[in-house]
Amino acid sequence: MINFVYLIPLFPLLGFTFLMMMGRRLGNPAAGWVATIAVALSFISTVIVFFGLFGMPDGERQVTRNIFEWVLVGDFSVSAGFLVDPLSVTMMLFITGIGSLIHLYSIGYMHHDPNFSKFFIYLNMFVFAMLLLVLGDNLLLTFLGWEGVGACSYLLVSFWFDKEANSSAGKKAFVTNRVGDWGFMVAMFLAFASIGSLDYIVINETASQLSTPVAVGIVLLLFVGVMGKSAQFPLYLWLPDAMAGPTPVSALIHAATMVTSGVFLLTRVNGLVYYVMEEAFWATNLIAWIGAGTALFAATIAVAQDDIKRVLAYSTVSQLGYMILAIGTGSFVAAIFHMITHAFFKALLFLGSGSVIHGMADEQNMRLFGGLRKFMPITSGTFIIGWLAIAGVPPFAGFWSKDEILLGAWDLGGINGRALWAVALITAVLTGFYMSRQVFMTFYGDYRFDQPSEDELAMAWDGYLNDADQKVGVASDALAEAEMAHSEKATALEKVRKAFSTAKIDAAKASGDDAVAAAKQAIETAETAIDPAAKAEQAAASALQDAMSVRESAQAELTEAQSAYNHRSADAGVAVDFLPESVAKRAAHHPHESSWHMTVPLVILAFLSIFGGVINLPFVKEIHFLENWLEFDTLLFDHKINASAGTKWALAIIAIAAGSVGMYLAWKYYFKKELDPKGIERPILAKGWNYDNAVTAFMGGPGRAMFNFIAAFDAKVVDGLVNGTGAAVRGTGGLVRRLQSGYVRSYALGITVGTVALLAWFFVRAAT
Amino acid sequence: MLTPTYYLVLGALVFSIGAVGVLVRRNPLVMFMCVELMINSVNLTFIGLAFGLDDIGGQVAVFFVMVVAAAEVVVGLAIVVAIMRRRDGATADDLSVLRG
Repeated sequence: MINFVYLIPLFPLLGFTFLMMMGRRLGNPAAGWVATIAVALSFISTVIVFFGLFGMPDGERQVTRNIFEWVLVGDFSVSAGFLVDPLSVTMMLFITGIGSLIHLYSIGYMHHDPNFSKFFIYLNMFVFAMLLLVLGDNLLLTFLGWEGVGACSYLLVSFWFDKEANSSAGKKAFVTNRVGDWGFMVAMFLAFASIGSLDYIVINETASQLSTPVAVGIVLLLFVGVMGKSAQFPLYLWLPDAMAGPTPVSALIHAATMVTSGVFLLTRVNGLVYYVMEEAFWATNLIAWIGAGTALFAATIAVAQDDIKRVLAYSTVSQLGYMILAIGTGSFVAAIFHMITHAFFKALLFLGSGSVIHGMADEQNMRLFGGLRKFMPITSGTFIIGWLAIAGVPPFAGFWSKDEILLGAWDLGGINGRALWAVALITAVLTGFYMSRQVFMTFYGDYRFDQPSEDELAMAWDGYLNDADQKVGVASDALAEAEMAHSEKATALEKVRKAFSTAKIDAAKASGDDAVAAAKQAIETAETAIDPAAKAEQAAASALQDAMSVRESAQAELTEAQSAYNHRSADAGVAVDFLPESVAKRAAHHPHESSWHMTVPLVILAFLSIFGGVINLPFVKEIHFLENWLEFDTLLFDHKINASAGTKWALAIIAIAAGSVGMYLAWKYYFKKELDPKGIERPILAKGWNYDNAVTAFMGGPGRAMFNFIAAFDAKVVDGLVNGTGAAVRGTGGLVRRLQSGYVRSYALGITVGTVALLAWFFVRAAT
Repeated sequence: MLTPTYYLVLGALVFSIGAVGVLVRRNPLVMFMCVELMINSVNLTFIGLAFGLDDIGGQVAVFFVMVVAAAEVVVGLAIVVAIMRRRDGATADDLSVLRG
């Protein structure tokens, strides 16, 4: 039955190649079904392998299957082989299981996308690469899968690449991961140099023979790779931006599977990690603190996000921090347990948010949502289950696994362990808070999708005030013009009157018949001119009056508008005509529940989120199914919890209380609206503590200068060495070629001289 | 009494004449003849030493040299004739197209 392992990666690979050739012709939705069935068959094979492995006795559940010798150099050999053991099978169960659900969901989610088949090609390739990563029996094969999932992540994040933001998010994911991959590669080199093998079994078994600095080096360098892939501080940057991809991608890659590969990798080399933990506690403690710090850091950012997917993205970073914390404290079972339950509820939450986005015309801003419970009963019901699971409410899945991690941190003892536990506990409070915030903002409260948001309201009021202001301006201009026209007319009238009076004076002075007649004529013309000029002046004066009154009314309107603005209420009021078009568009939209392709996976995942905790219930050793399953063959050392049963109960109750406090606060803020959330949603949190901006500024400034320097160094010094060698050879050749004169006799002379010299040398040697 | 020394001295003289001829003459035909001189002086030396040392090996070597020289004459003369057909009165120094 173990031989079915070959089929597990084969089906997605076949699906990938088949869709590569036939995808477009199959079209929508047949291509999606092919991809879904490929992954589902892979899941069935995994289940068969699982039962095969389950039937074997404890301590023998570790089977390697070689496919071929891959790299053979000297005494260094790497085979392309699969390592089938409880860890890889557990990983594969949820990769293929959740993977097929998400494939099914994507058929519904992507149904209107023009690149429908391309999406499924990428998804299948991703599943194949992920299975390689998990199945590989050595670091190199895992690295191949590691890069494969990175490439697929890049392709899928920038799937809608015609938008600038999406393609740069893809690049960001790729480049950030490259930084981590550097660590992975150097760790491999170091492992090869010190152990001489990259096989996991060999590495774990010979770990104790390594010198401490080397072991610490390998673990910490691997951890650099983990920071990249599992989005830990300081390399978490790419994950929130990766939300630019389609939502099923966020669920499959950026929540449930790929980002957990770092946790998987550290569990894979647990022999090495344990050794480091014993020899150099500071190193694993550093890992634990980075995990705990990331968990808290990301949770604080999640509190202030408005985008429904970004909240979940930061939540994912935070939950991955929990898993890394568990690794750092040596609780590998707890890490894997949380990985599994997290895969259930985070996939559920992401798919639920995707369903909301799908039903709300691609809107992601939670401030525009509210009261969606009535429109999307299945989505909201399952989302609420996911919320309870992640917030740590018993008996949902998340509670059990989070509790184990907290317990592991507490059990480390000392101030160090207590501090780690406290950080994780505060994170639990925040988790309860931000998840409840999301649920209340999205599904509860009044339906306000047709209502303008605060920004839109501000825009409307601005437009309204501007308009009134502009009216005053126009009226003022008209008034100035009227004044000018009036004064013109008035001076014209004055001039005509003056002409009349001068004409009269001239007439009085005039003597002689002709002159008197001319003067009379002039008086008459002047007199006739007065009347129209006076009329024109009258008209201009009345126009001026009108303009004045228009301006006055405009002024009054402006004051009115200002007072309306000052006394404005929550709605647009008189500014309603100035709302942006998007509001009307939203008002015309009717939210709807998604198709069955999308709701069926939601229901299954909700079921798993409720009962997922069953796999490792804490009460008695017999029902620690996951621990019993993993500990014999995968974990070389068993991390025993020393805490007494009483302590465990107390810790569990404190954890429940912490989650509840967060949920209660969110209820106060967002459900009852008794408190103003402005105090919590600080701009600095919304911007992620400005970390992203700081990195951008650094990379754009000093970083860029450094990169330019390195590029110049490469071009001048490194290339200079290579080109210099070539130039030296050319130069010598140019000198030497002059000897080739083409004259036979000079060659003959050369031969003669040479012969004579040789003979002379022989003679001299013979003589001495 | 003729000792092998005379033959050796004669061979050396003929060889030197040939060598100088190759170096100083520019007519390819003459240079070719000078090379023949050098080869035959070597033959003479071989014979002389074979006689002096009473060793048949020297005479065997001469036969080889003569065969090789005959072959060389065939090829060399053919080249010289081919060159002479193409250009009139060419000297060895004119034939320097293969210079670097």
